[in-house]
Amino acid sequence: MTLDVKQAAPPPSGRKAALSEPGRGSSSKRRFSGRTALTLLAFLAPAAVFVGIFTYYPMIAGSQMAFRNWNLNDLSDTSWVGFGNFQSLFDAPEFGTIVRNTVVWVVGSLVPQVVIGFAVALFLKRRFRMRGAYQAMIFFPWAVSGFLIGMLFRWMFNAEFGVVNDLLMKAGLIGSPIPWLSDPGFAMTAIIIANIWYGVTFFAIMILAALQSVSDEMYEAAALDGAGKVRTFFSITLPSISTTLALTILLRVIWIFNFPDIIFAMTGGGPADQTHIITTYMIKITQEGDYGKASALGLIVMVTLMLFAAFYLMAVRFRKADR
Amino acid sequence: MINSPTLIGRVSKVVFLGLCLIVTVFPLYWIVVTSLKEPGAIYSLPLDYWPKQLSLDNYIGLFTKSDFGQYMLNSLVVALVASSVATLISLLSAYVLARFQFSGRGAVLGAFLITQMIPGFIALGPLYLMMTDFGLVDSKTGLILIYIAICIPFCTIMLRGFFENVPDALEEAAMIDGCSRLSALFRVIVPVMLPGIAASFVFNFVNCWNELFLSVTLMNSDSNKTIPTALAGFISSFNIDWGSMSAAAVLTVVPTLVIFAFASKFIVQGLTAGSVKG
Repeated sequence: MTLDVKQAAPPPSGRKAALSEPGRGSSSKRRFSGRTALTLLAFLAPAAVFVGIFTYYPMIAGSQMAFRNWNLNDLSDTSWVGFGNFQSLFDAPEFGTIVRNTVVWVVGSLVPQVVIGFAVALFLKRRFRMRGAYQAMIFFPWAVSGFLIGMLFRWMFNAEFGVVNDLLMKAGLIGSPIPWLSDPGFAMTAIIIANIWYGVTFFAIMILAALQSVSDEMYEAAALDGAGKVRTFFSITLPSISTTLALTILLRVIWIFNFPDIIFAMTGGGPADQTHIITTYMIKITQEGDYGKASALGLIVMVTLMLFAAFYLMAVRFRKADR
Repeated sequence: MINSPTLIGRVSKVVFLGLCLIVTVFPLYWIVVTSLKEPGAIYSLPLDYWPKQLSLDNYIGLFTKSDFGQYMLNSLVVALVASSVATLISLLSAYVLARFQFSGRGAVLGAFLITQMIPGFIALGPLYLMMTDFGLVDSKTGLILIYIAICIPFCTIMLRGFFENVPDALEEAAMIDGCSRLSALFRVIVPVMLPGIAASFVFNFVNCWNELFLSVTLMNSDSNKTIPTALAGFISSFNIDWGSMSAAAVLTVVPTLVIFAFASKFIVQGLTAGSVKG
C-alpha cells in the first residue's frame, strides 16, 4: 500500500475561488431560497443536538459546580462557596508539583517529537523504494490507544523483568537495573519517552505534507545561487513551512496537555502523586467524588486552552489573510 | 537538498530511518512475544527475546477466566453503531458547512473546533450526573450516544475537507434532473466521496474502540464493559497479570492495526486537509 502525502497538500485554490464567486458582490453570502435554508437547518440539526446535549451542556453545567461544595460522597450541603474550590486547589501542597509536571510533560514530549519528526520528514521527502510501506509502518503507534501504550511501556520499563533495563545492561550502559517507575525522576522520564514514541509520526506526516507543497523551483533557484544545504534549510525550507509548523505545534500542545491516558496507565500519577499532570490529577479528584474541585480544575484547564484555541484560530485567520 | 546525495548522507539516512523503524515496531514485537510465552516464562531471567516454547495459554486463559469475549463484543457493538451514526450525521453537517456561505457558519465551525481542544473528561462529573438522570449509566445506549457526540466535530471537519474536492456541479446537475437535495447527496456525491467517508468512519471507529475515561466512569457490569474498561480493571489489582494483559493488548490492537493499514492513506489526507487548512 502507498501513503502518498502529496495528495494531502491543500488543493489549488482555483476551484474554491470559483465557488465563492457568485456570492461575491454586496455580501459574501450565497443566495438561496427559504426552502433551501430549511433543508440546511435540518441537515445541521442532528449534529448540533448531539454536540449541544452531550458536550456543551455538561461543560456549562460543570462550570457552575466549580463554585459549589459538590462532593458525591456527601450531597447534604451543595452550597455556593465562591472561589473556595480554587483556593483549596492552589493551597494543596502537590499543586506546584502538578503544574511543573504539566509543563515538563508538554515541553519534554513536544520538543523531541518536533525534532525527530522533522528529521524523519526530511529523510522521507525524496522518493525511494518502499517509502510508502515505510510510512505505513511508522504509522503504527496511532492505531494503539493511549492507555495501551501506557501498558506496553509500563511492562517494558518494569524494573525486574523489563526489556529496557535488560537492553541497557546488555549494552553496558548501566550496571544494575533502574527502578524506572518507582522513582519520581525516572518515572517522569519513562512516561515522556512513551509519549515521544507515540507523537513522532504525527509531526513526521504533517511536516512531510508541508515540505511537499514547497515548489522545486525555490530549491533550484537556491542551488543556482550557490546556497549550501544548511543555508537552503534555514532560508527556504524553514520559512516556507513555518506557518504549518506553528499551527501543528499549537494543536499538539493542546493535545499533549489533554492526554492523561499514558500517565494513567503507566504510573497512575505515582509514586506518591509525583507524576500527576493537571488532567490525571483531575481524573483522580473526579474518581474521589469531589466534583466541585474537579470542575474548578476543569475550568482552569478550559480557560487555559480557550486562550490557546483563540490564538490558534487567530493564527489561522491571519494566515488566510496573508495569502 | 537538490544536490545528489553523498555516501555519508545516504548511510545516515538509512541508519536513522532504520533506527526509527526498529524503535517504532519493537514495543509491538515485545508485547506479542510476551503474550506467547508460558505464564511462568514471563517472569524468569535472563529474558528470552524469542520464546523457547510458544504457548497460547495466555489467550486461552483470557477467554476462560474472564469475560473477554463479551468485552470484545461490547466494544464492537458500541464502536460500530456510534461511528456509523456519527459518520452519517457528520456527512450532513459537513455538506452544509462545505457548500454554503451563511451567517453563523463560522460560529458553528468554531464551536466544533473548540470541542477538539477541550476533551470530554473535563465534563466527566456533570456528564455522569446527567446520564444518571436519563437512566443511562452502565448502558451501551448511553455510551453510544456520548461517543456519537464526541465523534461528530472532528468527523465533520474532516469530511468538509473531502467535500471541497468534489465539484458542486455534480449535485446541481442531479437536482436539475429532479433529485431532492438529500437524494442528490446520497446518490451522486456519496459514491464519489466513498474513500473519504470510509476514512472518517475508520477514524471514528478506532477512537470509540480505544476510548477509556468515559467508559471507565459509566460502565461497571461485566455484560456492558468495553475492552478499555476491562483492561483498566486489570491494573487496579495490585499485581498485574502481564500474561493476560499482553494477550489482551494484542487482541485489542490487531483489529485497529488492520483497518488502519487499509485506510491510513485517506486518514492522513483527512487529517492534513482538516488541520493544515484550519
